[in-house]
Amino acid sequence: MSASADDRPAPGFLARRLQGLRVWWTMLVISLEERLVYRGDFILGTAMRFLPIVTQVFLWTAVFGATRSGDIAGYSRDDIVAYYLLTMVSRAFSSMPGLAGGIARGIRDGSVKKYLVQPVDYVGYLLAARIAHKLVYYAVAVIPFAAVFFVCRGFFPPLPDAATMLAFGLSLVLSFLLGFFMEATLGMLGFWFLEVSSIVFAYMLVQYLLSGHMFPLDMLAGIPTGVPGVSVAEVVRFLPFEYTAYFPAAVWLGKVRGAELVRSLVVEAAWVVVMMAACRLAWRRGTARYSAFGG
Amino acid sequence: MHNSSRPPSPPPPGSPGAPVIHVEGLAKEYRVFDKPEGLLASVTGLFRRTSRTVEALRGVSLTVGRGEFVAMLGPNGAGKTTFLKLLSGIITPTRGRATVLGHVPWERSDDFRRRFALVMGQRNQLWWDLPAAESFRLHKEIYRIDTPRFERTRDELVELLGVGTLLLRPVRDLSLGERMKLELVAALLHEPEVLFLDEPTIGLDVVAQHALHRFLSHVQAERGMTVILTTHYMKDVAALCKRLVVVTQGSILYDGSLDQIVDRFTSHKIVTLDLDAAPDAAAVARWGFPAEIRGPQVVLRIDRARISEALPRILASAGVRDVSVEDVPLEEIVAELFRSGSGAPPPRPAIAAAGAGGGP
Repeated sequence: MSASADDRPAPGFLARRLQGLRVWWTMLVISLEERLVYRGDFILGTAMRFLPIVTQVFLWTAVFGATRSGDIAGYSRDDIVAYYLLTMVSRAFSSMPGLAGGIARGIRDGSVKKYLVQPVDYVGYLLAARIAHKLVYYAVAVIPFAAVFFVCRGFFPPLPDAATMLAFGLSLVLSFLLGFFMEATLGMLGFWFLEVSSIVFAYMLVQYLLSGHMFPLDMLAGIPTGVPGVSVAEVVRFLPFEYTAYFPAAVWLGKVRGAELVRSLVVEAAWVVVMMAACRLAWRRGTARYSAFGG
Repeated sequence: MHNSSRPPSPPPPGSPGAPVIHVEGLAKEYRVFDKPEGLLASVTGLFRRTSRTVEALRGVSLTVGRGEFVAMLGPNGAGKTTFLKLLSGIITPTRGRATVLGHVPWERSDDFRRRFALVMGQRNQLWWDLPAAESFRLHKEIYRIDTPRFERTRDELVELLGVGTLLLRPVRDLSLGERMKLELVAALLHEPEVLFLDEPTIGLDVVAQHALHRFLSHVQAERGMTVILTTHYMKDVAALCKRLVVVTQGSILYDGSLDQIVDRFTSHKIVTLDLDAAPDAAAVARWGFPAEIRGPQVVLRIDRARISEALPRILASAGVRDVSVEDVPLEEIVAELFRSGSGAPPPRPAIAAAGAGGGP
């Protein structure tokens, strides 16, 4: 009855990949079941998300009322409302509530040990769990989202063409991955620091400012950095943050087109790869440190 | 580098097993930072911290053969859990070497991780909010257990532990004992060749402890699994293991059979006399042995060599209704060992080959 693990031949590369995928799929399904336990929590959370936007709309109405000009940095009042609603969609993909804190807590309370003992890939597991988390969230959130977008349909320009919609969809998927790997990497700093909540808080602040969650990033175009000919917007464009809120919204609104759009998607994909590598590296270094010092 | 060395197949029953676990001079040191009390100290601590090194394990050597059931007994902080963490690859040692099933544990190869299991207290492998059946399904995939084998093993384990009705209830709604049983099922689904159990009976009531003992000894015998169990309950040891390793302060104090520990560390027996009436202290003292008088009962500690000479003499005294001669209880020996710490003579070398029938 024992030693049966050795009776089978070593599986080939493809077979191993497929097995890996099966493990991952099971993790996804089980995470889905687990998330569904908390569906009530989700409904409330979704409803709360719409509150800040109401205050934003009032604020910008006042701003536009005061300037008396039709647009600010290329945005009319209607554009602004449409922009905020669209960043909410971006954020629904890129924000990762509880991810970094959860990883750090697992490190602190030792439950991360399980992933050292079992032949399972922790980052892959986290990703499966997060996709499940998102799927359940979308299933619930689609109703309020649809209602709000329907009510606010007057603020939107006509629907973009199919290619733009496709680019929008792609930018959202990439923003999910980018948000995931950035926050997962932050969480793994828990291997070095006892508490990561202040680091996460600082990250959230920077993120809020530079992602376009606070205001459309086009508004940074006129602000000089001190280097001649380079505005803050030029710098921000090469940081990962704008892809988690501003970029998908700008794509939908037709602010980014053609070669610029392709280039931005490539930069976004490159950031996903970089953060994925950072996350793996943090895990490897972190577990090595954990093994040496604590455990 | 992996998968090249296949482990030897299990030996025929009864023969001493080939070494599955081999540990040499394994040591683990931790650096701990002392934080003196007070606000001022906390502020200076931001710039300069005083650290000291704690030796959790100081050069432990041990060989365990296939199919052995070894108990590690020791007080809190003796290094038992550190030892299991090292053998499971959770932590890396400061010094020394170890192989488990031919692998260096802290390299954490998947090949190795598929062949052992570690159970550390409750709330470990099972998903808190889901029924255990779901966690089992995940284990099936993680450990690549094919469906017929998975179902057969699961049903067998579930039946042995009588937990069939608990599989579909969320784990968070289960009692401590029920959870522990399901943790064990989860750990054994992939039929590990080596099982590490860290204080599995802690916090369990007597009935649950018994059930666990029965289950473990059955499964271990059936599968020829190699098991190391840490505990501080003598009951676990007596029920499960032939080989006992006593650890205190990071070192092995005793490694040998359960029976031999009595011979090795005690020179006397406990003789209990029931008398007609409470005896005269002076009369008891005349027997010439350390004695304790509890009403009409006298408990004597008599050197083993002198029992045959002393007993007739004592029994000849008037009023002895009943007598019993017993070994010093294991608990007492072990407690004594714990207290003496490293002061005791190191009995290891002579019995190091225990399991292979070593020892004087």
